Amino acid sequence: MLIKSSRDGLNPPLSSEITPREVYEERRKFIARMAAGAVAGSALWEMANREAFAQGAPAQKLAARANPALSTTEPRTAFKDATGYNNFYEFGLDKGDPAENAHTLQTRPWTVSIEGEVKKPMRLDIDSLTKLAPLEERVYRLRCVEGWSMVIPWVGYSLSNLIKHVEPTGNARYVEFTTLADRKQMPGLRSGVLDWPYVEGLRLDEAMHPLALLTVGMYGQVLPNQNGAPVRVVVPWKYGFKSAKSIVRIRFTRDQPKTAWNDSAPSEYGFYSNVNPKVDHPRWSQATERRIGEDGFFKKKRETLMFNGYPEVASLYAGMDLKKFF
Amino acid sequence: MAFNPTPKQVSLIKGAVFVAALLPFLWGALQVFGGELVEPLEYITHETGDWALYLLCITLAITPVRRLTGWNWLVKLRRMLGLYTFFYALLHFIAFFWFDHFFDLAAMLRDVAKRPFILVGFTAFVLLIPLAATSTNGMIKRLGGKRWQWLHKLIYVIAPLAVLHFWWMKAAKNNLAQPALFAAIVIVLLGLRFYWSRAKTRTAARA
Repeated sequence: MLIKSSRDGLNPPLSSEITPREVYEERRKFIARMAAGAVAGSALWEMANREAFAQGAPAQKLAARANPALSTTEPRTAFKDATGYNNFYEFGLDKGDPAENAHTLQTRPWTVSIEGEVKKPMRLDIDSLTKLAPLEERVYRLRCVEGWSMVIPWVGYSLSNLIKHVEPTGNARYVEFTTLADRKQMPGLRSGVLDWPYVEGLRLDEAMHPLALLTVGMYGQVLPNQNGAPVRVVVPWKYGFKSAKSIVRIRFTRDQPKTAWNDSAPSEYGFYSNVNPKVDHPRWSQATERRIGEDGFFKKKRETLMFNGYPEVASLYAGMDLKKFF
Repeated sequence: MAFNPTPKQVSLIKGAVFVAALLPFLWGALQVFGGELVEPLEYITHETGDWALYLLCITLAITPVRRLTGWNWLVKLRRMLGLYTFFYALLHFIAFFWFDHFFDLAAMLRDVAKRPFILVGFTAFVLLIPLAATSTNGMIKRLGGKRWQWLHKLIYVIAPLAVLHFWWMKAAKNNLAQPALFAAIVIVLLGLRFYWSRAKTRTAARA
């Protein structure tokens, strides 16, 4: 007898069974328009919408199988919010800046160099990288260190696929991700807020965890530039800044990499930066969060969950004092 | 540059300033109810804080500008500008109390006590309350001019606290251009007063 189980994620529903983005977005837009019409008049609303989507160009679809075992069933954040409100300092400091400025990013051709403590160092172009393993859709919670959160359907595959492919040597203990730093494409590099390029890193066992996602798309399409196109990582149990965007280099190292935020303000941003409601940021509490589009006006902020609600990663940190290694 | 508007012209200017200082509020309300903002709560918090600081600086600028230009009528705008400062600071506080703590007084006070950045902002706000409360002619009479003036010198404490609040807020992101600008403005506005009061003491001593 064949027993289908959603636990193992081997028999996920076909992507055709899932409500397409256009359809649910159209529903949301309709509802939003009804509300807006009462206040601002729908003509104005139409104009504003046209402007907001002008950057969007024709989005390229990405076929991917849903992986319900590794996905949350919480309501997804609206596409417009997830692509219009985020931090990507290479394109400006305000959370609307990336959507406004990232059109200058050239995502093709794009090569990722894989170096350091690996038996098979290589340079992979974005197409080979995308084809390295079957693409999955995973709906993850995203918790920003600033205290807001979203729920985003990402498209990619477990980073472990790539790591196994390049065969780390026995010396490899950490993985370092470097973001593109090109002044011609990234106006934000003119600011001295961080030491460019943006570097992030994980311990090798963290990077090997099935939840760590090498990501090439979201909402069923290729990553919009402002969300880290053409390739980024998503590490859902850590604060968002740990998930490097627009990656050009992946390096395996013996020593803990010098990461951007940790380097800039070590007392505020630890190397690990696991989501932890019990360890406050020096200037605000991390015990609660505001789910974008849901909490705040009429609903109290929600409690932040340990490891952002991914308890399966806890064993990675067994025996560690997470107040010290925050 | 002498400019001595008639009382009627002064009322016209006052009306215009009243409307101008209300515009950020009206514009912000339009943005929020327009529904286009992804994160209206953050927008409200930041905008009200920004405008409280802008108006605080403008209010503080009245006396030096008046002294440098001889436009004594400017003083007639000062109370209104001060009350607008309080208005935006109050909205800023309500945004914090509502969006961050959902009107949970104990939680809000714990947050204030725990975090220096919030503590200085909260202190600046609390110190503004007696100034707003004693802004009427009746209160000036009741307190007497001297005591009223002494009380309103609190603004010299409030302004640096407000700048510090803004500074610490931006510090984590290493983004200090704006706070540095406002620190410079407040230092100039308070420094001029200090310089003038020293000059006055020296003149008095010589005489």
